[in-house]
Amino acid sequence: MRWLIALLVAAHAIVLFAGFFAPYDPAAQNRDFSFASPTRLHLRDAGGKLHLRPFVYALKDSATEAGGYEEDTSRPHRLRFLVTGQGYKLAGVIPSQWHLFGVADEGRVFLLGTDRFGRDQLSRLLYGGQISILAGLLATSFSLLAGALVGCVAGYFGGWPDRALMSGAELFLALPWLYLLLGVRAVLPLHLGPAQAFLLVTSVIGLIGWARPARMVRGIVLSAKERNYVTAARGFGASGPYLLRRHILPETYGVLLTQATLLLPQYILAEVTLSFLGLGIAEPTPSWGNMLGALQEYHVVASYWWMFAPVLLLFPLFLGYFGLAGLLQKRMQTYAN
Amino acid sequence: MGSFNKAKVCKAVVIVCLVLLGSGRSSATAAQPIAAGEEVLTSNAEAGRGGGRIVVALRAEPKTLNPVTSGDQPSREVIHRMIGDLIHINRATQLTEPALAKSWTVSKDGRTYTVHLRRGIRFSDGQPFDADDVVFSFQVYEDEKINSPQRDLLVVGGKPIAARKVDAHTVEFQMAQPYAAAERLFDTVAMLPKHMLEADYRAGKLAQAWGLNSPASSVVGLGPFRLKEYVAGQRVVLERNPYYWKADRKKVRLPYLDEIVFLFVNSEDAQVLRFTAGETDVISRLGPDNFAVLEKDQAARGFRMYDLGPGLEYSFLFFNLNSVLPKNSEGLAQKQKWFQDVRFRQAISAGIDRSGINKLVYRRRGSVLATQVTPAYKNWIDAAVPQPVRSVPKARDLLQRAGFKWASDGRLTDGAGTPVEFSIATSASNAQRTQTATIIQDDLKELGIKVNVVPLDFRSLLDRVYQSHDYEAVVLALGGGDVDPNPQMNVWLSNGSTHLWDLGETKPATPWEAEIDRLMNQQLTTLDARQRKKLYDRVQEIVAEDLPLICLVSPHILVGAKATLGNFQPAILDHYTLWNADELYLKAKP
Repeated sequence: MRWLIALLVAAHAIVLFAGFFAPYDPAAQNRDFSFASPTRLHLRDAGGKLHLRPFVYALKDSATEAGGYEEDTSRPHRLRFLVTGQGYKLAGVIPSQWHLFGVADEGRVFLLGTDRFGRDQLSRLLYGGQISILAGLLATSFSLLAGALVGCVAGYFGGWPDRALMSGAELFLALPWLYLLLGVRAVLPLHLGPAQAFLLVTSVIGLIGWARPARMVRGIVLSAKERNYVTAARGFGASGPYLLRRHILPETYGVLLTQATLLLPQYILAEVTLSFLGLGIAEPTPSWGNMLGALQEYHVVASYWWMFAPVLLLFPLFLGYFGLAGLLQKRMQTYAN
Repeated sequence: MGSFNKAKVCKAVVIVCLVLLGSGRSSATAAQPIAAGEEVLTSNAEAGRGGGRIVVALRAEPKTLNPVTSGDQPSREVIHRMIGDLIHINRATQLTEPALAKSWTVSKDGRTYTVHLRRGIRFSDGQPFDADDVVFSFQVYEDEKINSPQRDLLVVGGKPIAARKVDAHTVEFQMAQPYAAAERLFDTVAMLPKHMLEADYRAGKLAQAWGLNSPASSVVGLGPFRLKEYVAGQRVVLERNPYYWKADRKKVRLPYLDEIVFLFVNSEDAQVLRFTAGETDVISRLGPDNFAVLEKDQAARGFRMYDLGPGLEYSFLFFNLNSVLPKNSEGLAQKQKWFQDVRFRQAISAGIDRSGINKLVYRRRGSVLATQVTPAYKNWIDAAVPQPVRSVPKARDLLQRAGFKWASDGRLTDGAGTPVEFSIATSASNAQRTQTATIIQDDLKELGIKVNVVPLDFRSLLDRVYQSHDYEAVVLALGGGDVDPNPQMNVWLSNGSTHLWDLGETKPATPWEAEIDRLMNQQLTTLDARQRKKLYDRVQEIVAEDLPLICLVSPHILVGAKATLGNFQPAILDHYTLWNADELYLKAKP
């Protein structure tokens, strides 16, 4: 299972250092290459000659298909590694100009194709991950922390705190969020910077999501506190906080982990909905949410398969999270035994 | 045994379906024979085959079936199949033609129209139509209390057009002053049945009459179809009007179709799926992207797609020039100093790559615009206004002359050193607007201007533009009802209800707005077509120079229909596809 962790660490490292791995600025438009399909890497040129280093051909408008592109075999461009290009800040801190790969001068390499504005999908995917993963993880942990706290207090103490907290949770579940968010949008300033938008997205999603885990945790705490070993510990004079920490909370870890693996993908997608209300990550900043938003258009689904790229990345990533959760759970069980 | 049962069930289902279909067929009322003395209008269209139904998708559920109060697109799409007018604008030729009016004469001063009605015409409930209904209809449309959206057009020189019955089949219309293109006004006024609506009108309830849940027999009109049923959330079904006043060359009473079914399918993408699945017969208001997908396999799937060229819609960017601003908006007031400088607006206009927008957003199925007059207004284009071309040097020069400077990092700052940054609000549900704004954002980055694109829910966007005035710039589009400047009056008059950039002006805020006011009012009362064109040319020149709206692109009208639909003749005027629903027919399957 070590490879799973290694894989997850690698994926996150690539996203964290997106500037280095991405060949282009994610906002740079290439208006001549709207919806260009992924650039093919060649080792054999049009004349059949083999080359040691991979190269790409320049693109030109297709003669046969309107709006399509084809390779211009008269203009090859060698793929180079460790090249200087557009400046960026590595991990958001260190200024740098180095990119893992690129092609010389006017050549372009779009390994995952381009979107409507001719922006490199690979670069957008990597940069978008920075925002989406962080927002998703933060919002998930916020939801779960708040949920666990509220659930524990409500379940363990019962009585009026329980009634008050659970009515609160029900109120949150019953609120018409869409209309509430429309109201929130109206009082906010028209423009939100990327940092503000990020915070807003995180807190909105986290705030909406805490009620369900809270109810689940409460249920578990309710049943756990009547278990024999808890009663026994209480009989030996264990204090409330000790009981919660040592005996009751561990019972809820399983549920929290499952919730985490379920909430994270939901939260990454929730941003699509928020951007419809003007609360999401605004153009031209990429995020997985707004990249997936393009798939709501029929013609994109029908004609441009490479626009599914975020899905191809999200799928193994979520599987990875899922595997990680399973692993942790197993560990805890063996530990408990 | 199991499979045997299944087959049986299938058979039973098929039989039930057939019975249902059969009953549907027989319930469609047969057309009434043409009576002696009934002055039916003979259509020039190719003679077709009677029977059948077509299914059309609407973007939203209609709000009403009342032609007087309806303002929304889906309602009008349905209502216009059920109403008749006196003089009609042929959507294909764009010329006026006789409809319920057999003929008409105009007095020399252009202020009196005498209209002669067809005789022997009946409403869809069989009751006769005469001059009393015409006078009643105009009375209703012009009633201030009913507040019809069409009322503004019927008020000429501050006074509503006066309709007077001369005899049972003659009506005289009197206007306070001569009115250009007055004939075209009659197209928007539906003839209402006095016998059905007079009681409601007297009781002050006409605006509420003919809601969606009214009994089908109470909704009476002179259109080719009449209401059959409305199923909330699903569909409106119209059936043939057996008394319709048009016949084809073979003296067969129109319409050919038995029924039109309007389904409610709320997004373009969902409509495309329905259309490709063969569930709907006609598709309209397509975006260029979906059009490209459908066009690719039109032959294989048995439909035909039509690119009708630019329509009347024009998209534009405009800045907030309102004098009344929301409280606590010093920032906005500060920015308004830039927006109010015409050189700033000219620089923005010069900096925008309109052909890039046309290419990326509209896939070249659009026309770049310098003014509000799209190529569809063939007779109104001012050749003196040059086509807009992107020029960064020109934009920089204009900004420099307006006192802007560039900081060392390339950012544009105003004279006081404030970096130039503004936001463009768009409708989040309209992908094309947001895409347009994203291109403008990238274009202006080259001038050192930071633009923030803010997609908003459409209602809140309109609220900001019309009510709170809390915005900096907006990308929007406006359509047009007719190839004539008159329906655009409310945009260009400084006190107009759609004078977007500065709403609620009591008097023109700038000299050029005053000049537009004067020109628009003058063209309204000028009868000579050439003179009118000259006046409207000047308006276009002012718009291109002072840029209250920075016009961008006019999208093409893109529609499609099954190849088996006969007489399908889509037009760039509203309603693009079904305007000749009376002549549409289903060709026999080969």
